[in-house]
Amino acid sequence: MAEKKNDQKMTFEKALARLEAIVAEMESGQLSLEKMMEVFEEGSGLVKFCSGQLNEVERKIEQLIKKGDGTETAPFEAAAAK
Amino acid sequence: MNSGRTLNPEPSRPPDGRRIYRVSELTRLIRVALENEFGSVWVEGELSNVHVHSSGHVYFSLKDESTQIQAALFRGDRRHVQVELRDGLKIRAFGDITAYEIRSQYQIIVHRVEEAGKGSLQEAFEQLKKKLAAEGLFEAARKKPLPMLPRRIGIVTSPTGAAIQDMLNILGRRFPNLYILVAPVKVQGEGAAAEIAAAIDTLNARGGLDVLIVGRGGGSLEDLWSFNEEVVARAIARSALPVISAVGHETDFTISDFVADLRAPTPSAAAELVVRPKAEFEQWLAQWAGRLARGLRQRALELKNRLLKVERSDVFREPRSLVKQYRQRIGALHAGLAREVRHRLQRRQQRLDDLGLRFRKQALVWRDAKKQDLRRLAASLKALSPDAVLERGFSITRSADGRVLRDAARVAAGERISTKLHRGTLESEVVKGGAHGGKEK
Repeated sequence: MAEKKNDQKMTFEKALARLEAIVAEMESGQLSLEKMMEVFEEGSGLVKFCSGQLNEVERKIEQLIKKGDGTETAPFEAAAAK
Repeated sequence: MNSGRTLNPEPSRPPDGRRIYRVSELTRLIRVALENEFGSVWVEGELSNVHVHSSGHVYFSLKDESTQIQAALFRGDRRHVQVELRDGLKIRAFGDITAYEIRSQYQIIVHRVEEAGKGSLQEAFEQLKKKLAAEGLFEAARKKPLPMLPRRIGIVTSPTGAAIQDMLNILGRRFPNLYILVAPVKVQGEGAAAEIAAAIDTLNARGGLDVLIVGRGGGSLEDLWSFNEEVVARAIARSALPVISAVGHETDFTISDFVADLRAPTPSAAAELVVRPKAEFEQWLAQWAGRLARGLRQRALELKNRLLKVERSDVFREPRSLVKQYRQRIGALHAGLAREVRHRLQRRQQRLDDLGLRFRKQALVWRDAKKQDLRRLAASLKALSPDAVLERGFSITRSADGRVLRDAARVAAGERISTKLHRGTLESEVVKGGAHGGKEK
């Protein structure tokens, strides 16, 4: 459960920071081969996560439209607006 | 001639009850009356027909919706006026009301000018800034960090200006797959500030966004004024989403800029500040992935090399040979030891041999010496032997029972005796017993 929470909280920033730490650790040459494999696994996962974050969202430009008391969205057409 | 308090001065000459002024007289009286009544005043209006005379004096009109008043700024006062006078500019002028008698035109001779609005707006701006600063709304500690990778961006601005187009173009170029939600608002004029504030709240309430950009393109101070209003400042301050303020040009600073988490000098700049180019992210990631893989490879290589080194060491390469080596070494030691022992034994033997030889030699010497001694001794012994005595003519006489007779008295007549000579023995009978007459030898 704690892990799930961590996953939810994982952000691009955190992933990059962890990745940086991992690479620094690896490059320090202090790790055992076993530990090395372990952090490499983790680092690969982080790269994948970050890459996923870059591509997760689809291109879309919308605008807010008042609808009764609330709002809804519609495609944004700036040229037509003027 | 001198000043009167009333517009109905005493007529100079009263013909048939009527008072007739000369024009100049009347004009002068009017001027004096005007000057006395109004003196120095502040008046606010919009400049028009601004004309700079070759003399250096500036003539213009000040007007509002329906009326206008002539004004002049003389060269000597012009030096003290900082505002650049141009048609359409709203100013406040301080000057003396007077009349130009030649044309019977009343006017204001201006001594000081300040931009209208600017004074009061500037004042309002400073007051609000001071107030919000005192509340701590501008403090760096309050500023929220911008997300490194905002993928959903809310923009509060006019949907029709160049600003939104510029931002969309730049964002699309930098990061093609973004979700952008525009909250269209009035950005100037009546109610604009309230709309902007409401839009900030709405976008926060909707959720799903990473960051907001609030702004508009360039304009006059009045045009940008909505972003100096408290309601907007408060909306930005309470926004849970980080806010980038992007109002006007580089030189325009608004209250929004101070409250926002980041000030962008222009809307276009905001689009560039809000997110790095996607290509840059991708390059980054590729680099990290590369370093990750290189790190592992390098480490693996290091370990492999160490392993190889160990493998190449004697123990692992051929254990048997090592044993053999030890054996050989032990063998060599043994051989050495044996050689040593043998050597020592040999040396000892040598010494023994030497000793033996010397001993034998000595023994021979001794023996020869002894032989001589013996020969000498034998010769002496021979000289002492009975045979040698017998040879010289002596004899040995023994009784019948074999005793050597040395005393004649011991032998009685008739007794048989034997006498040994040098050669052979004689047996005889004693004729007469012996008496001690002679000396026995």
